[in-house]
Amino acid sequence: MAASPAPQIMKQGKLAPWLYLLPALLIMTFFIVYPMINTITLSFKNKDGSASAATTCVAGKPCWGMFENYHYALTGEFDTSSFSAFWKTFWESSYGNTIKWAFLMVAGTVSIGLGFAVIADRVKYEALAKAIIFMPMAVSFVGAGVIWKFVYNYGTQQVQIGLLNAIITALGGKPISFLSTPQINTIALIVVGVWIWTGFCMTILSASLKAVPEEIVEAARVDGATEWAIFWKMMIPIIMPTIVVVVTTMVINVLKLFDIVYVMTGGNFGTDVIANRMYTEMYVNFNVGRGTAVAVVLVLAIIPFIYYNIKRFMMQEAIR
Amino acid sequence: MNKARINKILNEIPTHIILIATILIWVIPTLGLMITSLRPVQAINQSGWWTISNPSLGGSEYTQFCSSCHGADGKKLPNADLSSPELVNRFPRSIQLLASLRKDINGQPHMGTNPLPTPQQAANIAVYLKQLAGIVTQSKFTLNNYIDAIVGYRGTNNYVDDCKLGEQSPDLHCNASDVLNPRGMGRAFINSLLVTIPATFLPILLAAFAGYAFAWLDFKGRFFLFSILVGLQVVPLQMTLVPISRLYAQMGLNGTFLGVWLFHTGFGMPYAIYLMRNFLGSLPRDLFESAYLDGASHWTAFWRLVIPLAMPAIASLGIFQFLWVWNDLLVALVFLGGTTPVMTYQISNMVTSLGAGWHLLTAAAFLSMLLPMIVFFALQRYFVRGMLAGAVKG
Repeated sequence: MAASPAPQIMKQGKLAPWLYLLPALLIMTFFIVYPMINTITLSFKNKDGSASAATTCVAGKPCWGMFENYHYALTGEFDTSSFSAFWKTFWESSYGNTIKWAFLMVAGTVSIGLGFAVIADRVKYEALAKAIIFMPMAVSFVGAGVIWKFVYNYGTQQVQIGLLNAIITALGGKPISFLSTPQINTIALIVVGVWIWTGFCMTILSASLKAVPEEIVEAARVDGATEWAIFWKMMIPIIMPTIVVVVTTMVINVLKLFDIVYVMTGGNFGTDVIANRMYTEMYVNFNVGRGTAVAVVLVLAIIPFIYYNIKRFMMQEAIR
Repeated sequence: MNKARINKILNEIPTHIILIATILIWVIPTLGLMITSLRPVQAINQSGWWTISNPSLGGSEYTQFCSSCHGADGKKLPNADLSSPELVNRFPRSIQLLASLRKDINGQPHMGTNPLPTPQQAANIAVYLKQLAGIVTQSKFTLNNYIDAIVGYRGTNNYVDDCKLGEQSPDLHCNASDVLNPRGMGRAFINSLLVTIPATFLPILLAAFAGYAFAWLDFKGRFFLFSILVGLQVVPLQMTLVPISRLYAQMGLNGTFLGVWLFHTGFGMPYAIYLMRNFLGSLPRDLFESAYLDGASHWTAFWRLVIPLAMPAIASLGIFQFLWVWNDLLVALVFLGGTTPVMTYQISNMVTSLGAGWHLLTAAAFLSMLLPMIVFFALQRYFVRGMLAGAVKG
């Protein structure tokens, strides 16, 4: 705290700072803080928020009392009759899919982004190459959804107008209905996510790679280190803090991801994710209690990252 | 050229191959969308966009089966002139064409010893013959998809032709007012602008105030408040939707621009303040000291000093917020819905409900990308800078 610019430069009233802050604080309280508290309260209520969630329990079935909405949010998608049935339904549920998204999308965006940043650094058309990879960031998820839905298009007739199926049939394979075949469809959606977000990872990682001092890399080369060893044993450890930031940011993005699934499959055929499920409960089934319970589960998953963000900020302030 | 240099070039080849392959994978899907949006409806469903440079449909089949006798222009046999519309009109589809090919001509099989074309090939030949005879003139590219998307045309033909024939649907008037047809992308474009501009401007202004206070003014709980703000940056939108939409319903703000502006402002605030405070805090202290010594008040310092100096941060923030709001679907879906549809809503509606073919969808999607692409390529520098300054937002 002492290190941050202490502004006792001019006499100021006690009131002045708060006048500058007031509009921002008011609007944030109204749109973020109040709704968060309200969402938590509503998650213990019934369909329209008029009575406790305990009233929605069905006699003879397991009931969690006022936590009934959480009972539904956490177990509603699973078949718990046997372990194998549970295992199968888990990986087709919104939770299983969100886990798949988190692993595959983070791995895809970070590795491709890092690889591209390293390789593009050596060529003259670096700026153009990076601009192209970055471009999907400017496009809406909806637009990206349309672009890829066309790539994945599955024709029932002889002519395939979707690029991927045209390639598959040209090579002698059978066309695949990418968006409605379970297992394949979630992967197909994740590819769209990777296509959009790789540019983001690449840009941030590229900036931190460029900040590695040239002298120490040069010194390692003189000592006879291979490019491979320089990359893994020097570059990666140096930029590790940035990689951690990128990974956490991407995980948060994945948890909140809604548009791609909504536009491309609507969460059908076993592609649902947590954020889309919340929308479905709330605005398709009009069940306020269940919708908010799913939202709270989502926030619980994000809380570690909120904590981490604050901690990182405090460390940054300490060295300022 | 010496040997070392050749070696160097050879060593670089894999690098270029990997880079260019990745770039192609990134570009091709968008390219496909763009080309498709410019093709006529029939062509889109008959062949992939990558065949655009091929000869027209049926051309190769015609060359294979017909041109040796009829000639490339179809005029070689005077009593079977395939460039005459009268003759070709007798074979509109593959069935009639195949029937005629199976018949004997002057006691000889029509095709001689050659095999008959398959039904699919015959269908393609029939299409080609119509072009040869000038019955249909089909160009490879058209702007009709864009016109149809802008005016919200949903018929089976296209807007321009329907208007010529006077067969347009009752909600279209075939004059300039159609641009504002509520079902069209033209209207959605205007709605998107009306949502985005204030929802970009407002948070920047409020964040500049708050950022200034956090960076240069002293008050109790400054650090504590700011830490909370850092945490709020990653709160998911989903968490706040339900209470706000219930509240809006009571206040009559559902479906209004004001409601969406305020929501985006509130939600964009933590990140915007964070960015502003970090940028303003990095300005040299002397600047403020000398201004205060000259007798400037906070208020003057803010408008005369802070705002002009913060222009780079304001630009970054502006692009970020602009793209965020323009590309947002969830907020528009919940608070505006179909009453004042924005572009993303309109497109998602076309995707999820049946009835809009690829020709409309691709054109609409491309229209929605136009403005963000321009903003992005023109101001890429600021966008990247803003992203590096605070890598979290959502």
